[in-house]
Amino acid sequence: MNLLLSVLEQGMIYAIMGLGVYITYKILDFPDLTVDGSFPLGAAIGAAMISRGMNPLLAVFAALAAGAVVGMCTGIIHVKFKVRDLLAGIIMMTALYTVHIRIAGRANLPIYGKDTIFHNSLVDGIFQGPLAQFKTVIIILIVTLISKYVLDWYMSTKSGFMLRAVGDNETIVTSMGVDMGHVKILGLAISNALVTMSGCIYAQQQRFYDAAMGPGTVVIGLASVIIGTSLFKNVSFLRVTSSVVIGSIIYKACVALAIKAGLPSTDLKMITAVLFLIILIISMDRKKKRKQVSDSYYDGGDRDDPAGMKDRAYTEGGGTDARA
Amino acid sequence: MLELKHIYKTYNPGTVNEHVLFQDFNLKIDDGEFVTVVGSNGSGKTSMLNVICGSVDIDAGQVVINDKDISDEKDFIRHRRIGRVFQDPAKGTCPSMNIVENLSIADNKGKKYGLSRGLNKARMNYYRDILADLGLGLENQMDSPVGSLSGGQRQAVALLMATLQPIEFLILDEHTAALDPKTAEIIMQLTDRIVKEKKVTTIMVTHNLRYAVDYGSRLIMMHQGEAILDKDEEEKSAMSIDDILALFNEISIECGN
Repeated sequence: MNLLLSVLEQGMIYAIMGLGVYITYKILDFPDLTVDGSFPLGAAIGAAMISRGMNPLLAVFAALAAGAVVGMCTGIIHVKFKVRDLLAGIIMMTALYTVHIRIAGRANLPIYGKDTIFHNSLVDGIFQGPLAQFKTVIIILIVTLISKYVLDWYMSTKSGFMLRAVGDNETIVTSMGVDMGHVKILGLAISNALVTMSGCIYAQQQRFYDAAMGPGTVVIGLASVIIGTSLFKNVSFLRVTSSVVIGSIIYKACVALAIKAGLPSTDLKMITAVLFLIILIISMDRKKKRKQVSDSYYDGGDRDDPAGMKDRAYTEGGGTDARA
Repeated sequence: MLELKHIYKTYNPGTVNEHVLFQDFNLKIDDGEFVTVVGSNGSGKTSMLNVICGSVDIDAGQVVINDKDISDEKDFIRHRRIGRVFQDPAKGTCPSMNIVENLSIADNKGKKYGLSRGLNKARMNYYRDILADLGLGLENQMDSPVGSLSGGQRQAVALLMATLQPIEFLILDEHTAALDPKTAEIIMQLTDRIVKEKKVTTIMVTHNLRYAVDYGSRLIMMHQGEAILDKDEEEKSAMSIDDILALFNEISIECGN
């Protein structure tokens, strides 16, 4: 029971980060490594503010705003200074390592005994008796669902349409008289805002910030996105955002099982990496099969898989150079 | 009115691949003209379109629209008055979004892409009508992602999207070249209908000499960065495909092909 609860808690916290990675990786087609820096940045902001006795909810919003700024920086480095997407992320990730240690004041900051969004007089009053053990998971569920539905709503707005368009076909964004650079920067801002918020919530649940919590975050996010989107791609009633949330929980469950099976918890990063590799290999295998099928026939009902569409567009388009 | 004044463009300057394309290239297109442009590969047809749209930077010269120099305007700003359809049907639409979403995006061109609802529900019946007008059965697939449509269907949607909102110039870059002959014919007729209906100034690059002769009100032949032939409507109607083909061959022999 405790294991299940902890999987659900951590899975859903990481799911918010996964939603952010989904925006960059799947929608923008931008492998954003900033995530490894913005996640601990959120944790540092959370720990620093809470240890000074500030409102934990305020810390969440502060993290959200800081993440948006960080995402914008990555975007500006990439769009305005024409640095390649991977390098732009690496630059920001490296710089942020210093930033979050500075914010926390040191490399490890515990916040035991302080009020968090999971521990304060209000929620402790609501969740009493047998409900108490579900307190954390219910609060996380609410936060994750709010994030998911706000993102779903955003994706249905005109601005959201442009975000989907820019990953799909940059040319069309220009054709519509919109600066595609701005759309990319906006997408990175939203993505990193979610990641940083996730980091802040994680610190509040774990009750500490540690500079070492950053590396590997992006791998967890990618794994969640790939598990979610490839496992549920034929389930039409499930939105992609929901798939990502479930993917994140599944991923955490796999890691928890590996540790339960006897691996020491210091092996965590290795488990993370190997699991991700396995997931990549499995999902690539599926893609290959799909490609052969899609050459002759394509099932049009699969609207939730832009990546698959892109593969098809490339094989069909017969890329022509702009220069005649 | 669109004017290209003293355009100079060299690709890969200072390298072994240096290629001087435009040297003092000039062109004037009046409002309401439907110009067809032919020429061999590398003659500068598509480059000319890219210069107009701002997709490539020019070394010297001016792009002037209605007496206003727009040479320094960014491409996305220029596209607010330009509709463009490419050879590759994938370039004019968003493959993972459905037809209605694509049309809704195009319908908002020139306005702000803010936080209001992306789908334009109020115009749904209008979308259905214009799709039905195409005669391709697309009005029954409005919820299908555009990526699942055939090349011809996608190009038809791209053409609708390019002309949904009022534009001053329609730029067609070999937009029938990737289609089979029958579909190309359908798209070409649709193009002609839209151009006449909307009375939009149009520049169409094509490799199909018959289209170049049959459609449009002016014909230009490009060769090595120059317009070596420029026929207005009257002169053009007197020309046959054979005349153009003969000229085409002449050029090719000159080049030693």
